[in-house]
Amino acid sequence: MFSDPTRLSLSQTADQLKKRQLSSEKLVLAFLERIETINPEINAYITLDRIGAIRGAQEADKRLDAKQGGPLTGIPLAIKDLFCTQGVRTTCASKILNNFTPPYESTVTTRLKAAGAVMLGKTNMDEFAMGSSNETSFFGSVKNPWDKSRIPGGSSGGSAAAVAANLCTAALGTDTGGSIRQPAALTGITGLKPTYGRVSRFGMIAFASSLDQAGPMTQSAEDAALLLQTMAGHDPKDATSINAPVPDYVAELNTGLKGRKVGIPAEYFSEGLSQSVREALETAKKQFEALGAELVPLSLPTTKQAIPTYYILAPAEASSNLARYDGVRFGYRCDNPQDLRDLFFRTRAEGFGSEVKRRIMLGTYVLSSGYYDAYYRKAQKVRRLIANDFKAAFEKVDLLLAPTTPDTAFKLGEKTDDPVQMYLSDIFTINVNLAGLPALSIPCGFDNANLPIGLQLIGRPLDESGILSAAHAYQQATDWHTRNPAL
Amino acid sequence: MPIDPHYETVIGLEVHAQLLTQSKIFCGCPNRFGAQANTQICPVCSGFPGVLPVMNREMVTMAIKTGLAINGTIRTYSEFSRKNYFYPDSPTGYQISQYDLPIIEHGELFIDLPQERKRIGVTRIHMEVDAGKSLHEGIVGASWVDLNRVGTPLLEIVSEPDMRSSEEAGAYLKKLRAIVRFLEVCDGNMEEGSFRCDANVSVRRYGAPQFGTRAELKNLNSIRNVMRAIDYEVDRQIDLIEGGGEVVQETRLWDANNNISRSMRSKEDAHDYRYFPEPDLPPLTLEVAHIEQIRQTLPELPDQMAARFQKTLELSEYDAGVLTASREMAGYYEEANAIVTQAGKASPKATANWVTVELLGRLNKEGLSIEESPVPAKSLGKLVAMIQTGEISGKIAKQVFATLFDEGGEPEKIVADKGLKQLSDSGAIEAEVEKVLAANPEQVEQYRGGKTKVLGFLVGQVMQATRGKANPALVNTVLKQKLG
Repeated sequence: MFSDPTRLSLSQTADQLKKRQLSSEKLVLAFLERIETINPEINAYITLDRIGAIRGAQEADKRLDAKQGGPLTGIPLAIKDLFCTQGVRTTCASKILNNFTPPYESTVTTRLKAAGAVMLGKTNMDEFAMGSSNETSFFGSVKNPWDKSRIPGGSSGGSAAAVAANLCTAALGTDTGGSIRQPAALTGITGLKPTYGRVSRFGMIAFASSLDQAGPMTQSAEDAALLLQTMAGHDPKDATSINAPVPDYVAELNTGLKGRKVGIPAEYFSEGLSQSVREALETAKKQFEALGAELVPLSLPTTKQAIPTYYILAPAEASSNLARYDGVRFGYRCDNPQDLRDLFFRTRAEGFGSEVKRRIMLGTYVLSSGYYDAYYRKAQKVRRLIANDFKAAFEKVDLLLAPTTPDTAFKLGEKTDDPVQMYLSDIFTINVNLAGLPALSIPCGFDNANLPIGLQLIGRPLDESGILSAAHAYQQATDWHTRNPAL
Repeated sequence: MPIDPHYETVIGLEVHAQLLTQSKIFCGCPNRFGAQANTQICPVCSGFPGVLPVMNREMVTMAIKTGLAINGTIRTYSEFSRKNYFYPDSPTGYQISQYDLPIIEHGELFIDLPQERKRIGVTRIHMEVDAGKSLHEGIVGASWVDLNRVGTPLLEIVSEPDMRSSEEAGAYLKKLRAIVRFLEVCDGNMEEGSFRCDANVSVRRYGAPQFGTRAELKNLNSIRNVMRAIDYEVDRQIDLIEGGGEVVQETRLWDANNNISRSMRSKEDAHDYRYFPEPDLPPLTLEVAHIEQIRQTLPELPDQMAARFQKTLELSEYDAGVLTASREMAGYYEEANAIVTQAGKASPKATANWVTVELLGRLNKEGLSIEESPVPAKSLGKLVAMIQTGEISGKIAKQVFATLFDEGGEPEKIVADKGLKQLSDSGAIEAEVEKVLAANPEQVEQYRGGKTKVLGFLVGQVMQATRGKANPALVNTVLKQKLG
């Protein structure tokens, strides 16, 4: 048993809270203290809700004392700052929402809070979730706890860093093109993007509506299963949420890997993959085999269409989703607008950062009359082909194993001047979003610079259990996920 | 105003009908007007970050009803799209509408013209969301935005360019308005904007193979204004062409105070709306059985009702048309007719005449609608029943009607109080006849000498003596007898 409760996994914490060996209030205070010390160098949090967290912990302790708690009661969470939280500032890491306090709560956080989870604060991210390095935040970059000169990945970089640096027990992220899995890989944690529609998007500030999905960012697959259990399920407030029964993810964790067919898509192991990542993946593949899995080499020929397809569809939706930030009703408003046009132009010019503007322009362009067919419509067709590719693969195998990222965490500032290089860091994660599939990233090794390497498992639609149980089997046999950065 | 006979007018209309659903299209806010500004709103309809739309089922049902009523094809798969544009009263920065695949296609309705019944095609009906209101008047240095209206469900009903005159456009609007009112999906109030119309107008020389360039007319808040604006536009376009000019595609705003239209924007500065499929709403799929279920709930529609009036009540096509022009009109007539029938002397035709001639004549004169009639259907029915049973004469009835209209009251009581009951007692009439014959020996002589035309004079004398109350037929018979 750790003497420091901030290092415990979610399942360990839940166990100690239940046995009343630990009080939620004490745990929250320990986290707040640790955040106080460590967050200034990591910059994982944008807003802390100290009073709310302590009150929430006290409530949770009462429930636990009365033996009325569940596995999430009293668990301190970090929430990505694009989940609307009633009464707590929600910025999307943008100047345009710097002063925005929602009068409503997202469905996901509502469910978690109802289960007794406690929100420590809101985590840093790329502005409007647009970025792969957390460098587009209005509140400054997040530093990778493994090497503070490096990026933590993005866009859920603050949540990833908070979990990796033990600044929370677990965190919420969102994933539009890899925004949970890529930072999870680069910070050595477990991150799950569920099937599109498995988790409600209500109250999640939209980037690209047809791709966005919320998911858990945790120390282990088991912890992810615990969080997903409460997050998942149909929501009448989200017309795109799937009305299907939610399985018992925790109970299904121990399915094991024996006899399961694991596809190895050739395109994910081609050139561009760094030596260290390749080697770690090769070792992991062997371990999967040793655990009873049958590896099946296969091909996903549309893999290389991921980036261009995504960078048409996601900005197109974003350009429309971000139109509501006009300075009329909430958020930033420019000083002394001369007229309506000036109000719109200057509010948006001053309120959005450059990456957001770049994507709004891209999206506006591809939807313009005369270009729609060549870009948007064609990208929609390619998106169907990509989905068909996966569908064909899942006729042969149960799940897919691939690297999460081509390389380990890069240096802060290294790719900020080259958006295309930046976009390429999501090359292995994007197609999963385009196909709406569940996928997770788990740590599977370290490179020479002691930077974590991520392994990605991709599942059939709604088969979160399949990839969680595979990850769990692997984590039972390895200890990569238990390593902590020296801070 | 006279229109150049060498030119043909081509008109297509776009109607926006606000639906009478309980709640707004994508949220639970009440769908009501008249409340204080920005009190009927929530994070969803006011476009806050992170919120999502959820489709109102009642709206879909209303759209299907409307589609069935115009004999349209109900698509079992339709799609929502975003129409992107910036405006302060459009809080999301886009309007959720239907673009490629609307819920209704290929409908039609029929208008009755003096010479013919004409079919007008309805290209499509799609569902969309209304915007809020920007307020500028009386506010200095700012504009205010009221978002109460945002989220009101709208049907956009687009006609084919099948109309050839402002009269046809007026008839189309009246028929469409009657249909939505019969269906109880829209109150059809153009003045208050719950039934709005834009007109696309062009002219061409007769026989020209293609349509001329069209102008879109907006701000038409009554059927009368639609018709006037079209006539103005037709003249404007013909003058332009005759003067060697060219019609440009543009949107023009009608100014009802000055009876002119002004250019609002040309094709060049038209918006690029960047339509794309709405990712927050899955496509709408409908079961055929569900559509059939809704069909079973359709009320009797104006055309069906008019056919019934003609067939079973033997009304003329004209009367049937007038009496089914609105739900209120039809309701009024049916109630009055039921009262007459109950009195034992059914006369649908006479009742129809009283509604279309006396009542509507007077209402039009006073500028009142049928709902505002000071004479309720029940009273009019009683009045007609009294004529039919011979209690009062038609002439007296007009007098009673005037009293009813101006002062109100019960017809029986007015007749009784003023002693207007028809004299049908032959004894009493005989006495009056005797008096008249005695007082007019000259005319009696003339009659007996073969100048039977004086009978009319003698009848008139009796009627005058009885202050119009004598039953004219009886007076005739008695007079002839006495003169025999």
